Amino acid sequence: MIEFQHVSFAYEKDRPVIRDLSFRIESGESVGLIGANGAGKSTVMKLLLGLLPCEGQILVDDTPVTKETLKTIRRKLGFVLQNSDNQMFMPTVYEDMIFAPLNYMVSREEAEKRVDAVLARLGLTELKYRHNHKISGGEKRMAAIATILAMEPEAILMDEPTSALDPYNRRVVINTIRELSQTKIITSHDLDMILDTCDRVLLLSEGQIVADGPAGEILRDQALLESHRMELPLSLSRRD
Amino acid sequence: MNKMEKALHELSEMDDLAAQSSPIHRLHPAAKLLSTIAYILLTVSFHKYDLTGLIPMLLGPVLLFQLSGIPVRTCFYKLRIVLPLVMAVGLFNPFFDRAPLLQLGPVAVSGGVISMLTLMLKGVFCLMASFLLMATTPIDSLCAALRKLHVPGLLVTLLLLTYRYVGVMTEELAVMTDAYHLRAPGQKGIHVSAWGSFLGQLLLRSMDRAQELYASMLLRGYHDHFHYAGIRPFRLPDGLYLVGSILAFLLLRFVPVAALLGSLFVR
Ligand SMILES: Nc1ncnc2c1ncn2[C@@H]1O[C@H](COP(=O)(O)OP(=O)(O)OP(=O)(O)O)[C@@H](O)[C@H]1O
Ligand SMILES: [Mg+2]
Repeated sequence: MIEFQHVSFAYEKDRPVIRDLSFRIESGESVGLIGANGAGKSTVMKLLLGLLPCEGQILVDDTPVTKETLKTIRRKLGFVLQNSDNQMFMPTVYEDMIFAPLNYMVSREEAEKRVDAVLARLGLTELKYRHNHKISGGEKRMAAIATILAMEPEAILMDEPTSALDPYNRRVVINTIRELSQTKIITSHDLDMILDTCDRVLLLSEGQIVADGPAGEILRDQALLESHRMELPLSLSRRD
Repeated sequence: MNKMEKALHELSEMDDLAAQSSPIHRLHPAAKLLSTIAYILLTVSFHKYDLTGLIPMLLGPVLLFQLSGIPVRTCFYKLRIVLPLVMAVGLFNPFFDRAPLLQLGPVAVSGGVISMLTLMLKGVFCLMASFLLMATTPIDSLCAALRKLHVPGLLVTLLLLTYRYVGVMTEELAVMTDAYHLRAPGQKGIHVSAWGSFLGQLLLRSMDRAQELYASMLLRGYHDHFHYAGIRPFRLPDGLYLVGSILAFLLLRFVPVAALLGSLFVR
């Protein structure tokens, strides 16, 4: 369970980015966080992970996110960054994937098993020993997702998981996300992907939630989307 | 890709070489590391006028390059942007130290010239030895070995991350340079007036990156130490190589090989 209670945040004084934000996400829900560029989607995720200090309270499983609880909370959350280069900091994909399990005291054999299982699931076995600075942007993105899956978190946050992916890998990611039983929060401008993977959508605009409801409803509401600088998902727009 | 980026990129692509197989590649990383350090220390310890004594030290790296199957040429090619910097060291010696030291026929060679050559060669030799180490050892095994040798974890982490991000940073620099040139056609290099903002941008970008990177480490449970891939145990051949190579380097260092060879021919 994830809950924001009257959360406000500003990077620079007098330029609030998040304004009095409140919402609640139950365990097992998959939620799409959508909004125009600069709406504050990435910021919401960083706040949840305790990477930025804020006013108000954020709760994960009824535990407030504070300095003291960070370690336990971060263990529950897996975060796929918008920029995979910053996510994959070890020399090879394999070492990156094994990094979190080893830190969380999983035995090496167990960690190895996880890595192989995740790679097989995503069809990335070939990438295992490749060097992070020598794989393509899309491959890096897939590897970053694999890294987080190998961590087996209770909730997964993904910032733009399908940007930079070709249609095939995009489909692989969508199918993988759909199979995950964890709580999911996904930001994206790829509204078709959100429609395919999320039950619920939060529409963020200027740091506030302007709509919250079933994905099928919000993503069909052309007037609402357009008034916040977005368009209908391609699969729903009728071409006249 | 511009010229500099290409050169730096090749430099960061050492892992292709390190992934090959040869007797040298198969040695324990700690053995190679210690032997390289011994070589560098001994090479640096030559007196500044001892050019003749220094030259035989070249035998060490040349032999090891042969054994590892990596052409010496690759080393110089990959290091082509660093070499001039190393060579530049000592360039001023001839101006300060003009006392003639050697008479080659009609030409008097000053102490400065000799010490310049000695310094340059020292630099080149050490570079060759370090290159060989990097080219025959994957970075992660090297880091694991460093940790085994009780090098502070922070330093090792820094080395690992530097290795990973040299490429990324040069790419960033290259993108900025390209963006500049696309909007300033016909200009050679980057105008001095833009240097400040260029460096500033690069610094800010690096800082942003560092911050996000660190966050990513924290989010995956990092607290003050890395788990490196396990390395195999140190075996007898590794020990033999270590002792053998150090003895050979000592021999080259303290036995005047060049003089002995010379005395065979000149009586
Ligand atoms: N480090 C920072 N310092 C100052 N302002 C920032 C910083 N990061 C983001 N902002 C500002 O905060 C606002 C929200 O940024 P955020 O990255 O959360 O947007 P986003 O919804 O993720 O957008 P996008 O779809 O482009 O990823 C933007 O107006 C941005 O300019
Ligand atoms: Mg964002």
